[in-house]
Amino acid sequence: MSVIPAVVNRFFHQTASPPYFYALAERLAPWLTGVFLLLLAAGLYGGLYLAPSDYQQGESYRIIYIHVPAAWMSLFVYVLMAVMAGIALVWRMKLAEVMLIASAPIGAGFTFIALVTGSLWGKPMWGAWWVWDARLTFELILLFQYLGIVSLYGAIEDRRAAARAVSILALVGVVNVPVIHYSVEWWSTLHQGPTITKLDKPSIHVSMLIPLLLMAVAFKFYYLIAVLQNARLELLKREATSQWVKNLLEKTA
Amino acid sequence: MKPVRKQRLMLIGVMLAVLGAAAYFALKAFNENLMYFFSTSDVVAGKAPANTPFRIGGMVVKGSVERPGDSLLVRFTLSDLSREVQVEYSGILPDLFREGQGIVAKGRLDGRGVFVAEEVLAKHDENYMPPEVASSLKKTAERP
Repeated sequence: MSVIPAVVNRFFHQTASPPYFYALAERLAPWLTGVFLLLLAAGLYGGLYLAPSDYQQGESYRIIYIHVPAAWMSLFVYVLMAVMAGIALVWRMKLAEVMLIASAPIGAGFTFIALVTGSLWGKPMWGAWWVWDARLTFELILLFQYLGIVSLYGAIEDRRAAARAVSILALVGVVNVPVIHYSVEWWSTLHQGPTITKLDKPSIHVSMLIPLLLMAVAFKFYYLIAVLQNARLELLKREATSQWVKNLLEKTA
Repeated sequence: MKPVRKQRLMLIGVMLAVLGAAAYFALKAFNENLMYFFSTSDVVAGKAPANTPFRIGGMVVKGSVERPGDSLLVRFTLSDLSREVQVEYSGILPDLFREGQGIVAKGRLDGRGVFVAEEVLAKHDENYMPPEVASSLKKTAERP
């Protein structure tokens, strides 16, 4: 007797089948893209045009609308990857391996954007492009973790063996996530403390907060679009000799 | 759940717990090094290194900024609301440098107990609001 209801169980089993997943991802893509573009337009319009300038930083603070969502995503994607790694190791689920691998370059991209925009923000505000404080250093390590995962997967020829190695690496690296999140509270850093994710009410004016949240959701949708696209490609590569891929090719040819 | 899966799940749980503990002790060991700056109280208490450059952080005390002469030399007092340290700096200050603002300076203490800075970075806080809100907040705070 399982604790998971049969309907949910069936849904997962069905979604985890490669041909079903491939078709589902294809069908979802235009909808996701539509929602992403709407959210992005609303977020950018709100953030760059409607939101007032900051009392201290003037207009320069507006880079927050890229920097903060990207930094959040860099952590969010890693946590998702760790969960996928756990599922891949315990249940040996192929789709979890595929999603893990498909997420890594996207996570690396978000981390890179967070670091670059942070640097562009740091120069006018702090007076330095880069400082070796705890927040920045651990975020840079996170970028190397993502790149390490991508390279390790590429270095092992057998994809299932590679996925297992990558899963362990991803799980080991997850310790960095809470360290990055709490770095500004545990140590004295040049980077300021958290604005939104604290138990107190957020210390950002509501007219600035709404576009920020819109951008955060937009980035999540971008991740979904990118990860599904990547996962489809990875599935095709893995299952190149299987019957459903052959059928697919015949249909399109 | 099948026993073999349960076993693997347990193994992962144990691995994460051990890793978490290892990370905790490693970070605790490097705690001092991970501090980007010393507070003014630390410096007054003599916790900062004597002969090597270090960073000091604090709030620029209101009304303490003075520019003697025509040079770029600036003198100001840093405080963490309990202890104060005099700072001297010669160079261009970041835009956000102002009285009442948090800053981080890198340099060393001279014989007089004055901190001679080679570099001054501004630390901005985590509050974002329009200027009107900031000024009205200030007014309510100043009201007795």
